[in-house]
Amino acid sequence: MPPVDSPLAACLALLAGWALVGVAGLLRPASITFVGRVLFPLGAVLGLGLAIVALSALGGPVERATLAVGLPDLPMHVRLDPLSCVFLALLGGASVGVSLFASGYFRKGEGTAPGLMGLQYHLFLASMGFVLLADDAYAFMVAWETMALTSYFLVTTQHGIPEIRSAGFLYLLMAHLGAIAILLSFGILQGGTWLFSFDAMRASTLTTPWATAAFVLALVGFGAKAGLVPLHVWLPEAHPAAPSPVSALMSGIMLKTAIYGVLRVTFDLIGDPLWWWGLIPLGLGLATAVFGVVFAAVQTDMKRLLAYSSVENMGVLFTGIGLAIVFHGVGMNELAALALVAVLYHSLNHAFMKSLLFLGTGAVLHATGERNLGRLGGLIHRMPWVGWLTLVGVLAIAGLPPLNGFVSEWLLLQAFLFSHEVPKPFVNMLLPLGAAVVALAAALAGYVMVKFFGIVFLGQPREPSLAQAHDAGGFEKAGLAWLAGGCVLLGLLPNQVIAALGTATTQLIDVAPASAGQSWWLLTPLPERAVSYAPLVLLAVIAGVIAATFLTVRLVYRRPVRRAPPWDCGFARLDPRMQDTAEGFGQPIRHIFGTFFEMERELPSPLDAAPRYRVVVGDRFWKALYAPIAALVQRAANSVAWLQQGRISVYLTYSFITLVVLLAVML
Amino acid sequence: VSATAWLTQFLEVLAALALAPLFLGWVNACRAWLQNRRAPSLLLPYHGIRKLFHKDAVIATNASPLFRMAPYVVFGAMVAAAAVIPSMGTGLPFRSAADAIALVGLLAIARVFMSLAAMDIGTAFGTLGARREMMVGFLAEPALLMIIFVASLISATTALPLISERLAVQAPALYPSLAFTAVAFTMVLLAENARIPVDNPATHLELTMIHEAMLLEYSARHLALMEWAAALKLFNYACIGFALFVPWGASLGEAGVLALAVSIPALGAKLAIAGVWLALLETVSAKLRVFRAPEFMATAFMFAVLGLLVHLLLGA
Repeated sequence: MPPVDSPLAACLALLAGWALVGVAGLLRPASITFVGRVLFPLGAVLGLGLAIVALSALGGPVERATLAVGLPDLPMHVRLDPLSCVFLALLGGASVGVSLFASGYFRKGEGTAPGLMGLQYHLFLASMGFVLLADDAYAFMVAWETMALTSYFLVTTQHGIPEIRSAGFLYLLMAHLGAIAILLSFGILQGGTWLFSFDAMRASTLTTPWATAAFVLALVGFGAKAGLVPLHVWLPEAHPAAPSPVSALMSGIMLKTAIYGVLRVTFDLIGDPLWWWGLIPLGLGLATAVFGVVFAAVQTDMKRLLAYSSVENMGVLFTGIGLAIVFHGVGMNELAALALVAVLYHSLNHAFMKSLLFLGTGAVLHATGERNLGRLGGLIHRMPWVGWLTLVGVLAIAGLPPLNGFVSEWLLLQAFLFSHEVPKPFVNMLLPLGAAVVALAAALAGYVMVKFFGIVFLGQPREPSLAQAHDAGGFEKAGLAWLAGGCVLLGLLPNQVIAALGTATTQLIDVAPASAGQSWWLLTPLPERAVSYAPLVLLAVIAGVIAATFLTVRLVYRRPVRRAPPWDCGFARLDPRMQDTAEGFGQPIRHIFGTFFEMERELPSPLDAAPRYRVVVGDRFWKALYAPIAALVQRAANSVAWLQQGRISVYLTYSFITLVVLLAVML
Repeated sequence: VSATAWLTQFLEVLAALALAPLFLGWVNACRAWLQNRRAPSLLLPYHGIRKLFHKDAVIATNASPLFRMAPYVVFGAMVAAAAVIPSMGTGLPFRSAADAIALVGLLAIARVFMSLAAMDIGTAFGTLGARREMMVGFLAEPALLMIIFVASLISATTALPLISERLAVQAPALYPSLAFTAVAFTMVLLAENARIPVDNPATHLELTMIHEAMLLEYSARHLALMEWAAALKLFNYACIGFALFVPWGASLGEAGVLALAVSIPALGAKLAIAGVWLALLETVSAKLRVFRAPEFMATAFMFAVLGLLVHLLLGA
């Protein structure tokens, strides 16, 4: 056991605290007041504690301990190093906002009892924390599976609905396929020592083919969790099916455990990845980024839209990881550190931005009962708090300066800018083109976010029932405000964030990004190259100009403002249904990226008395990849089904034959 | 940072604010001459802005605060962008705060806020304009970024003033990659500033408009700010073009007041020629159908990427 006053012990105690808070919910499982007003805020406090402990332990020494639990001869190892600290801080920090929001979120009669929900929720949090602390394959897999199972139960909270049941099944299936790949990867990594602690894996040396196999298996396993194309199909089904705080946890935080896993295996357990491995996550990441954002643009369900946007962001993260591996492999460690910092920074950003947006949709869902973008609109008037706080997340994820999404994008683009210096022919010409893809994905993300915010919060209400929508309660506002504040701070203080993240890159590749500690306001990631960015100055200049303009206009032209109905172009029967729908806003994307989609359209004829327009956009991967595999599995299952005769005598014969064969082998 | 640098910075922003409507007037006048029309006064944009500032503002009944805020944000972003672009001198104190990628971000802020404001009222044309603006934007933005990338690769920095400075001091050689990107840049400039062939600044034919559709609900001072911001955007784009493709004439680095004095007529000459060039392009091309606009933008993006490839292949 670790010493009582060490950060590692504090982390373990906080995780145990989460588990206890969850169990406490079983005392009064039906009481919304007890679970919502006591347990969830307590969970938020524990999250804050975890973030503080993790941040304070960042610069400290690596701590390790062996726990007195586990199998005989196979106790669980835990370890707190800078990489875990960074992700624990992410988990703690983002979960504060989500838990605060959840305190006010759950209502009576929504599927699972609140106490049970609280148990699953807090166990989910604790298991994610344990994934980050685990220091042997056994502990890691136990935590990983607990994470998958608790989130499965959370996804199927409203299990009465068949779509949600099938989304949950798909999620569970993909989670386990991923887990098998991770397990096999660990199996290779132990390198014949049969010791499954991470220390043994660090010490073992693998031949190139085996190391490559371990890397690829890890990429498949963690990629399935991250929604890397073509393993993404479960993500847009499962994330929207869950209640919004759970969607926020899954998209905001759980996906980051996959990033953690890839970084841990590649840079820590394998140790020195070959440069060309990086091309695999780079290519897959770029494909995922464009694929995700294009699909996000055509969605009509607000939570599915956000889920596809998560796919895009995971693509960007894997792109960064790939770039870091390439740079590290060819010995350009300074640039590798830059790419790695961009990855860690973007993980942190995405945790805050995407949680904020999912919680915003949760508030909208509660206020209106609608997820369909086509039935929303004008909510900024009825729900100003939710609207304006969500706007912060929208601007951040669209990558606009001076918010946080821009910083990580900027760092990644800077890393790409120097990728032509990689001393490998052809590759050095193709790598910078990746920047074009990243830029395209980022610009499309802006399109998606304008669509999301504009259709949900702006314009006129598309349904009369929206007039009854009410703003979120106190806890919900606090949760949203915490996450929005995080987005702003992460955007304005990049040097402080990078200094913290630098400890993790030092651990992984022995180089810290140079910007750390130079100046508190000017970001200069590569000192000998003249690139810099100062968000505070930028903000001050923009705010100054806006204020000066506003005051001048106000002082000089004090004409009154009159309100009048909007201009109807002389057509006096404008109504809210003439606004763009979600389908309408997605039309240019469907038009331009037509080959991406499996489209089904019903167009009305000009003579129709009741014209109907319907378009269904599907994912080509279903038909091209998953349907054949499913059919193959079905056929294989059918072909062995004759074994199952349903007569006890036949089964006894099987046992007899098996025993005879075994005896024959043994003797 | 010297006093001259601050003076350059100050003069540049001031020049952008003051000259942007004039540049717009000049382009319009050139276009009129080329089309055998009598040109309006060069000062017409100033009159328009002044007139609008003096009117009562009318706002739609269901406008949210975002709608009233947007003109100030758009204007603020454009002025901040003008502060990063080396139109007169490259020794700008502000250049370390925002590089060319941040500049693209500033332009994106303006675009996003303008689109959101257009969606705020909830009329058919507003949302239509917002959608089309974002459609043009999502292809134009990466194209612009790639154009800047090529210049950055040549000059090993992303700070626009430094790019311009390093390009200016090099021997005047013809970079094939810059030639490709110059074509791409011209296309992006036309699309982003709502010029023919993507949009028509003179149109009020509802079905084809993009930029004007977003402004339909604005009036008085809000409209004045939006129009001024649009003029500033055209001016900014022109100056980005000068910084990348004709960097000569601007005062370099810490050069003295004399160089700054020289740079002012140089900027004027460049603007005058750019205006004629723009008007010529607009006169000889026809407005594209809206559905063809993405192809135009995709071509620009491909040209920019081609420029990047050419640079990597030839090293020039």
